[in-house]
Amino acid sequence: MIRYVLRRLLTAIPTIFAIITLSFFMMRVAPGGPFNQERGLDPVIRANLERTYHLDLPLWQQYLIYLGNLLRGDLGPSFTMPEFTVAELFRAGLPVSIQLGGLALALALVLGGALGIIAALRQNRAPDVAVIAVATAGSTIPTFVIAPLFQLFFALTLKWLPVGGWGDGALVNKIGPVVTLMLPQLAIVARLMRGAMIEALHAHHIRTAHAMGLSDFSIVLRHALRSALLPVVSYAGPAAAALLTGSVVVETIFSIPGIGRYFVDAALNRDYTVVMGGVVVVAVFTIVFNLIVDILYAVIDPRVRYE
Amino acid sequence: MNEIANKAASPAIAGRSLWGHALSRFSGNRAAMASGAYLLFMAALCIVGPLFAPNSYEAIYQNYTRVPPSLSAYPKPDMLGPAIEDVAARARLTLNGWEQDGDRVNIRLSGNGDIDPRVTRYIDRSDLLEDAKVVTSTPGSILVSAKLESRYFFFGTDSTGRDLLSRTLVAGRISLSIGLLAGLIAVAIGVFYGATAGFIGGRVDQVMMRIVDVLYSLPFIFFVIMLVVFFGRNFLLMFVAVGAVLWLDMARIVRGQTLSLRRQEFIEAAEALGISRPRILLRHIVPNLLGPVVIYMTLLVPQVIILESFLSYLGFGVQEPMSSWGVLIAQGARSMPSANWLLIFPASFLITTLFALNFVGDGLRDALDPKDH
Repeated sequence: MIRYVLRRLLTAIPTIFAIITLSFFMMRVAPGGPFNQERGLDPVIRANLERTYHLDLPLWQQYLIYLGNLLRGDLGPSFTMPEFTVAELFRAGLPVSIQLGGLALALALVLGGALGIIAALRQNRAPDVAVIAVATAGSTIPTFVIAPLFQLFFALTLKWLPVGGWGDGALVNKIGPVVTLMLPQLAIVARLMRGAMIEALHAHHIRTAHAMGLSDFSIVLRHALRSALLPVVSYAGPAAAALLTGSVVVETIFSIPGIGRYFVDAALNRDYTVVMGGVVVVAVFTIVFNLIVDILYAVIDPRVRYE
Repeated sequence: MNEIANKAASPAIAGRSLWGHALSRFSGNRAAMASGAYLLFMAALCIVGPLFAPNSYEAIYQNYTRVPPSLSAYPKPDMLGPAIEDVAARARLTLNGWEQDGDRVNIRLSGNGDIDPRVTRYIDRSDLLEDAKVVTSTPGSILVSAKLESRYFFFGTDSTGRDLLSRTLVAGRISLSIGLLAGLIAVAIGVFYGATAGFIGGRVDQVMMRIVDVLYSLPFIFFVIMLVVFFGRNFLLMFVAVGAVLWLDMARIVRGQTLSLRRQEFIEAAEALGISRPRILLRHIVPNLLGPVVIYMTLLVPQVIILESFLSYLGFGVQEPMSSWGVLIAQGARSMPSANWLLIFPASFLITTLFALNFVGDGLRDALDPKDH
């Protein structure tokens, strides 16, 4: 197992390398630069700035410098927020994004999983129809519609929750963003779980379990759930990577100081290092969570062996 | 003998093709049929509707900023007084009083010396009044009669005073056509990429799919923004950008299908007959992929609409005075506490369309892939 994990991590290196290279050159080929936007910047000052950040060197040299710094764990300074380094920005924002995304994912898995099981056990009856309706709504309505509607009802009309802001992580401030992040995921998890559970309940080993007189409770939760979990787990990996690295929409609408909003701003302002930092973070999360999914597969399904 | 010939000539029992089967299954699905009808209605409404809408989507009515939706005509009685006071102030005259007389208003104005009869222009310029005429004019005072200009704002107006109904319909044109066109682009790229990779196989397949994997791990939003940055905020290139991002899933699905098709006898037969490989790909592989492609395409269109709306929401997409549902929702979200209709109308158009597209997509999947049922 440990050898498998190590091998997977080693094969991830070329992938990360390709992602970094691709996004580095894509970013640089795009017209404009971090110091082009400000009108009236003195040419001498601009030349100095560009020299400080090595922007005057040929592109391949900049690329090598960036890779070298990255290997030493240095993500570089931010161009548009000179008082911060990229590492500092992420150190401040990432925990916020991870908290919200992690809560949303956990709730989506638990609630969505429960709803999916209920729907599967009452297939084609009222609870099932209700769950399908919720799931369709959740996966159809985009986040940028749910979030303002949520604010309209719970913050502005009922005045139960604050409209936005982080409030140093107070629980009331988290409810809105977490619910908005959770709903689409919950919908997909419920759908996957329902489909997988229906299939699992028709399997031969479940019939055998019934014949042996096991209780319904233990059949569903101990035997059927195990095989029904597989599609949910393989969905949860990429979903976790996406959720934990922040959402532009939710963070913008609820004014949350996470890292999601950096992507858009930094790409528009050609804040190269921040964009690259974000790309690296997302790529690492994606690879790590895909690895976790594969390991969980082996844990859940005894037929899967990694040698 | 003759009889046999006759029998042979008589039409064979009509067989039912895959598509015929699918059609009958689809038409039996009430939710999918109703959704299909709703989509056609929505498309017709967005294409033809703006021609019949009471106001143009570009026209700005400065006197009607953020008026709430109403089925009865504007101006409302309580709006008339302030508007007339405003006109008098603009004309630099003193308002001595006004009264309504049917659909006309009589306005008494006074000022120093002879009053220029061209003050009627100030009155005409108001969005509430038109056809202003001087009734009597004496030195120092003037009586003007103007017709009430009745306007309908069924969905209300936005913060700049534009009619939300026609803007929502025009936005629907953009959203729907981007959904369809960018969906087609994504499908075309995906089908040819996936079919090529699956058909050639071996090293080429591995390299091609590795590229797809790398593109997959790039942060989606970064990828889209880079494309928008490259192509500029050009309306047509938005289609390309959106289409170019969403082809990855299609490529994977098509590759898998192609791999299994390749091993089937009819492809072997075609190869044995010496048909060239590009021709086998185009004539035998691609037509057999149509089922999953159609299903995926109907599920892709709502994704594209969401993505376009999302980009427009962030301010990258469609630019003023054109709009898409995403643009309108973004504006609505910003002006929400005081003018919630700006959010609710575009959002409900978008949501119902997405629902209908989903139901049609599910219906098509059930119709074309009965195994899945």
